[in-house]
Amino acid sequence: MTWTRKILRVNLTAGTCQAEPLNLEWARQYLGQRGLATKYLVEETDPKVLPLAEGNKLIFATGPLTGTSASTGGRYAVVTKGPLTGAIACSNSGGYFGAEMKFAGYDMIIFEGRSEKPVYLLLENDEARLLDAAHLWGRTCWETEELIKHAHQDPQLRVASIGRAGENGVLFAGIVNDLHRAAGRSGVGAVMGSKNLKAVAIRGTRTDAYAPADPEGFFKAVAAAKAVLAGNGVTGQGLPAYGTQVLMNVINEVGALPTRNHKEIQFEGAHAISGEAMKQPRDSDGKPNLVTNNACFGCTIACGRISKMDKGHFAVKDKPQYHGASGGVEYEAAWALGAACGVSDLEALTYANFLCNEDGFDPITLGTTIGAAMELYELGLIKKEEVGFGLEWGSAEALVKLAEMTAQGVGFGKVIGLGSRVLCTSYGRPDLSMSVKGQEFPAYDGRGLQGMALEYATSNRGACHVRGYMVSPEVLGIPLKMDPGATEGKAPMLKAFQDLTAVVDSAGICLFTTFAWGGPDIQSMIQPALGGDWSLERLMLLGERVWNLERAYNLAAGLTGKDDTLPPRLLNEPAKTGPMKGKVAELGKMLPEYYQVRGWTPDGVPTPETVARLGL
Amino acid sequence: MQKSLKMDPNKCTGCLQCEMACAYEHHHTFTISRSRIKVFGFEDEGRKVPYTCTQCDEAWCLHACPVEAIVLDPATGAKKVLEDLCVGCKVCTIACPFGTVNYVAATGKVQKCDLCDGGEPACAGACPTGAITYVDADWTGLDRMRRWAGRTDNNPAAV
Repeated sequence: MTWTRKILRVNLTAGTCQAEPLNLEWARQYLGQRGLATKYLVEETDPKVLPLAEGNKLIFATGPLTGTSASTGGRYAVVTKGPLTGAIACSNSGGYFGAEMKFAGYDMIIFEGRSEKPVYLLLENDEARLLDAAHLWGRTCWETEELIKHAHQDPQLRVASIGRAGENGVLFAGIVNDLHRAAGRSGVGAVMGSKNLKAVAIRGTRTDAYAPADPEGFFKAVAAAKAVLAGNGVTGQGLPAYGTQVLMNVINEVGALPTRNHKEIQFEGAHAISGEAMKQPRDSDGKPNLVTNNACFGCTIACGRISKMDKGHFAVKDKPQYHGASGGVEYEAAWALGAACGVSDLEALTYANFLCNEDGFDPITLGTTIGAAMELYELGLIKKEEVGFGLEWGSAEALVKLAEMTAQGVGFGKVIGLGSRVLCTSYGRPDLSMSVKGQEFPAYDGRGLQGMALEYATSNRGACHVRGYMVSPEVLGIPLKMDPGATEGKAPMLKAFQDLTAVVDSAGICLFTTFAWGGPDIQSMIQPALGGDWSLERLMLLGERVWNLERAYNLAAGLTGKDDTLPPRLLNEPAKTGPMKGKVAELGKMLPEYYQVRGWTPDGVPTPETVARLGL
Repeated sequence: MQKSLKMDPNKCTGCLQCEMACAYEHHHTFTISRSRIKVFGFEDEGRKVPYTCTQCDEAWCLHACPVEAIVLDPATGAKKVLEDLCVGCKVCTIACPFGTVNYVAATGKVQKCDLCDGGEPACAGACPTGAITYVDADWTGLDRMRRWAGRTDNNPAAV
């Protein structure tokens, strides 16, 4: 079995690190990573706890396929109660850090309590130590990683850390590992900061911690599944070449690219910030923005973007530290920093994205919050004097300055750092926050893609695209083509996507595999990896169990079915242009059916039968 | 015909499937610290470079070994460590100019690439992008030669 069957419990209040056996009964019910960490959080914490209070816990979790040769098997998740939403937060990341946790012999690390002083965890196989991080506090993620490796004379350490954003309580602060991979959403980095935990550094060299139950069967299935990825147009060609940025022009043409705080649904500057544009030589210096693609651990897709900026661009002209190669914009970041603010300067977006990686905060919420600020400015509610400069739509200068101020926690950046819900509410226009349950939308407009509208309204961590990616059926025709403007059939399809995604996450692999892999491909690897009986039916039921456990946690935290809604703009203001012109998000037509197929009451509460069926 | 591992860093994405394959082939573990091939990231340049032993003909490691624990496999050309003989003195790790033979504290022996004892080495088999291939040892430059040949216009009609 590919669990290490061991977890590490770190009590930051007491300063202790204690290994304990993994609860295997829970592992068989919740698999790993997202599902299993949620189970631990539910069992061990009060759902009413304040997210930044000592009683909240922060769980780093791998899945059984993490650290194996299954393609993309390198992912870990951070699960906690989220400060942006007050709901369950689960943010996963690639890079090399997750696999290293497994190499060191742990499925999971649970951080509880709060350290009096800044500390970091150094974990080398059986040796776990909390070390003083006073000299690291105030440093960026990039500096922190370098300083830790240097201090221990070990360049092979893998480091996950918070930057200044997490220290400063930016509500959408993330945790960055391997320089530019991040558990980016829902503010998991702010929780880490609240615990005075600066970083987790791991080196794992154990060779006996875990192994597939049936190695021969596992390698056969892994090879077959890799061939499926290689042969698929999206995972074999589109993603390596353009990354997720392959979507920018596509979604704009479909008429689902939210623009200027969702006032519009198509962006005139889409091409300038697209994946295609990243490969074009720039007018300024004749070089393209994109340098190469990169893979996370074990990934045979390699969608990651590595970019180099134009050294003469105003944002970095006098800052040589940003002239080298670093993590470039992916679609969500390019959209949020670009279209959502009306900015079409690809270099400015790239710089803002570098800052998000450097100091650990989510570019989606950053961009959408700046977009909301720009609308409040347009309405005269935010004044130039309070910001220090104008927030005109499309201003790359404003974007760059606000990104810097958010990273540093100064001036109006402190306001931006609280996200759009707090921002818009404080200016008397909560309706202008393009968010659900406090978390901002990603890059697809629910008026253009009705299934995504339902996904946003029902996602357990607030508006999110990676909980049930209805873009696949509605735009890409995976596994079958659905009319993006229709509401029929969306509820059951969304349920299937959400449940399967919960399985993928809990296994420790990347959601992007599902452009090519279906349930049977994933099952074919889990079965020989774990041994025993892991049918697809059992896995789908497990996914549904994870979904309902998250739902139950949110309900216990105080959320209700009333929170399964969308901002009035999406429900009432018709799309102005494109194929979806005249459309609003028809949530009312889909939500009751969704509750029904989920086995929930009309108020959105799992019925006793559902609870019993799932063994919750 | 002897074959060589050929590395093309331009094709490497840094997925480390090669490292896992090597560790599993030799030690039945995915833990990449036991891999004999390493992928190095030069992050500031956006480059990933796989690197392992090139199997020198006049191998420094082989000549330095005081107990003749490093021997030539005539079939593959690999310089192999005979674990039974190795005393863990580490002189070979000092002698190797490239750093590709290393000590393993857990076993008290050194390890280096042995080309997986014939057949296709596991790293090459696992590489998804063709960054690591196992080719004719006498013609490792063939691909590059062909690329340049293609750029040489000797068709008079095209002038």
